Amino acid sequence: MSKKKIATIWLAGCSGCHMSLLDMDERLLEVAKLADIVKSPVVDGKELPKVDVAIVEGAVASDEHLEELKHIRRQAKILVALGDCAITGNVSGIRNRVTKEQALERAYLDSGVNLDGVLPTHPVLQKLEDRVRPLHEEVPVDYYIQGCPPSADKIFYVISEILHGREPTTEGDGEVKYG
Amino acid sequence: MSKISITINDEPYKVESGQTIMEACKEHNIKIPSMCHFDGLTDVGACRLCLVEIEGQSKLLPSCTTQVEPNQKIRTHSDRLSGHRQMITELFFSERNHVCAVCVANGNCELQDLATEVGMKHVRFPYLFQECEVDASHAMFVIDHNRCIMCTRCVRVCSEVEGAHNWDVKNRGYKVRIISDFDTPWGESESCTSCRKCVEVCPTGSLWSKDKAQGQSKKNPQMIKDLIEKRKVNL
Ligand code: SF4
Ligand code: SF4
Ligand code: FES
Repeated sequence: MSKKKIATIWLAGCSGCHMSLLDMDERLLEVAKLADIVKSPVVDGKELPKVDVAIVEGAVASDEHLEELKHIRRQAKILVALGDCAITGNVSGIRNRVTKEQALERAYLDSGVNLDGVLPTHPVLQKLEDRVRPLHEEVPVDYYIQGCPPSADKIFYVISEILHGREPTTEGDGEVKYG
Repeated sequence: MSKISITINDEPYKVESGQTIMEACKEHNIKIPSMCHFDGLTDVGACRLCLVEIEGQSKLLPSCTTQVEPNQKIRTHSDRLSGHRQMITELFFSERNHVCAVCVANGNCELQDLATEVGMKHVRFPYLFQECEVDASHAMFVIDHNRCIMCTRCVRVCSEVEGAHNWDVKNRGYKVRIISDFDTPWGESESCTSCRKCVEVCPTGSLWSKDKAQGQSKKNPQMIKDLIEKRKVNL
């Protein structure tokens, strides 16, 4: 069996899901036997090449996230939503109750330290979308790993099932558990 | 009471006439998912999780409000029913704002457990992200409408067990809300006795005690069930 290619990507999340991914500890070596991690916030590599599995943490909160997610979908055979932000919007989506403008004002103008009241408007910066969305509202998602963050056991279970060409179940380590 | 014969999932049973299908199933250790049912309170058939198939009926019927009948053939689990239960669970999550990670009930929530039970991999309906109020005006308790699933257990326990009837329901559809004392802040209620029965029966992180932070709320519904039983005893 030729080695598979994996990428892990970080959109609007707190990186906790990636921490959990690293919490697989020595089992990372088992994953490494089956696949090469070709792009990830924890390894080098700029462009996302064609991969077998893309594991995506975080929701879609900005124009850049949306563009990146669509690109990932084109590049990956299998797309995995990692963690509650990617699946439900979760904490990243709490701002959906208010308008984008209100959220920016709260974060920047009410902060107590930004006395000149400057909002980030530089053209190279990402622009917030009006509404934070889970990944599946934008692109087809093949697998979901729930949890905030998901347990390392669950991540390992789902990833190794996928790499072995098996269908992960929602029993045992695959149990659905939000939060 | 007389016994009648029914069939549940192809197995024959003798059950009390006048029982609900849910009661009969419980007696024979057949578990049906439920959310609005609470032992000892009047059933209202609100959540629809307990729907069952009855032979000869095209409609699914809630087992908590349907009585057993002689020779009834009941099915409590099927692909069709699992599909509906899955969908109902997703609708609960999409209607209001459930962020388990930061919720006071995280780890001790019947709705969160339901998602596990039905294997809710994701929610296929768009989230409404509707604006919901948090009323923290009561000295000891909070009602966070973001987490409410409108099971109305709080309304019934307050009215039927405590006898205070502080809680009620206003509006319809997705705008439906639990209200305190004719839609006034809970802290100003003249009928609430602060007995905390509603907090204990609430299945989610909607009603909680102010001394609890994220993941700390632990409900004691059994205490209320026992209380209901004790009050039936006439000394
Ligand atoms: S009420 Fe339950 S399901 Fe809703 S956010 Fe809280 S823990 Fe999650
Ligand atoms: S506040 Fe709790 S008990 Fe009352 S209707 Fe909502 S979820 Fe049910
Ligand atoms: S438990 Fe029967 S409808 Fe809710």
